[in-house]
Amino acid sequence: MSNVGIVIVSHSPDVAKGAADMVRQMVGEEVPLAWCGGNGEGGLGTDVAAIMQAIDRAWSEAGVAILVDLGGAETNSEMAIELLPEERQGRVVVCNAPIVEGAVVAATEASGGSSLEVVRATAEELSP
Amino acid sequence: MGGGGEASVQIDEPVLRKLIRAVADTVIAHADELTTLDQAIGDGDHGINMKRGFEAVLADLDKIAVQPLPKALHALGMTLVMKVGGASGPLYGTLFMQLGKSLPEQPTLADLTAAVAAAVEAVKARGKSDVGSKTLLDVLAPVLAALREGGDLLHRLPEVADAAADATIPMRAVRGRASFLGDRSIGHIDPGARSSALLVRAVCEALRAVA
Repeated sequence: MSNVGIVIVSHSPDVAKGAADMVRQMVGEEVPLAWCGGNGEGGLGTDVAAIMQAIDRAWSEAGVAILVDLGGAETNSEMAIELLPEERQGRVVVCNAPIVEGAVVAATEASGGSSLEVVRATAEELSP
Repeated sequence: MGGGGEASVQIDEPVLRKLIRAVADTVIAHADELTTLDQAIGDGDHGINMKRGFEAVLADLDKIAVQPLPKALHALGMTLVMKVGGASGPLYGTLFMQLGKSLPEQPTLADLTAAVAAAVEAVKARGKSDVGSKTLLDVLAPVLAALREGGDLLHRLPEVADAAADATIPMRAVRGRASFLGDRSIGHIDPGARSSALLVRAVCEALRAVA
């Protein structure tokens, strides 16, 4: 698929899945979408390996926009990006936007075929 | 570590094994204390997360310690990144991976000082933070300054680190979840500063034992 992919990273798998459900219902199947949440032991947290796998599932040649909730999700997402193969690193961004609204808005923009830069900018308009 | 009047230590597999084990054992032994500190101003998982990470390091100790120092530090950092969870995984992972990138196999004190300087910068970039924000940087930066001054470092660095961790008590957090508390973050030691001081003390004491 040539549309930008969306990845949702929350400390809670329930929040991540819920946000992804909202994206699917409101935007449909036009964008690659993946989510992850929780640490490796089923508790709250974020997991670099799981984020890397989610990026892989949502991969698009147009790039991937990540939406995060709290601090560790952002730090771990940036770490995950740095551990990707070099040719992919420049095509994944973390959006500074609220996780639920940001995911829906980014996916809506992506479904129209916008570039990664435009998808990110549209999501970030939500953060004053 | 050699030069600067310090006793020289040849970094070989037995020494590396002792150093890594000392650091891991110290973190694991203080996990409850770190969690209690984090319950006061964070989300209460720093001790649990760090313990998980360093237990994974111990499980891989045979694979990590047989490698030359730079590669061993990279492997240790990568294990923390993958296993710790929470923001402390990438922060400590970045610290160790940058040390691995900067250090030669047998570092001098000058090499170590330069590597710690690079690691402090890498942690600042990873956390988008700086000194004075009630984070591990408030311990790492004074430790770097003490390294530059020289002297009886293996005794002095743990004292500098402990004092620096205590100095985070009156600070107001502006990064991480503690920042949501605003002024209520004042009056507690920062858990990341405390764990950094524990790491510094563990390394210095282990080096004293083998020097």
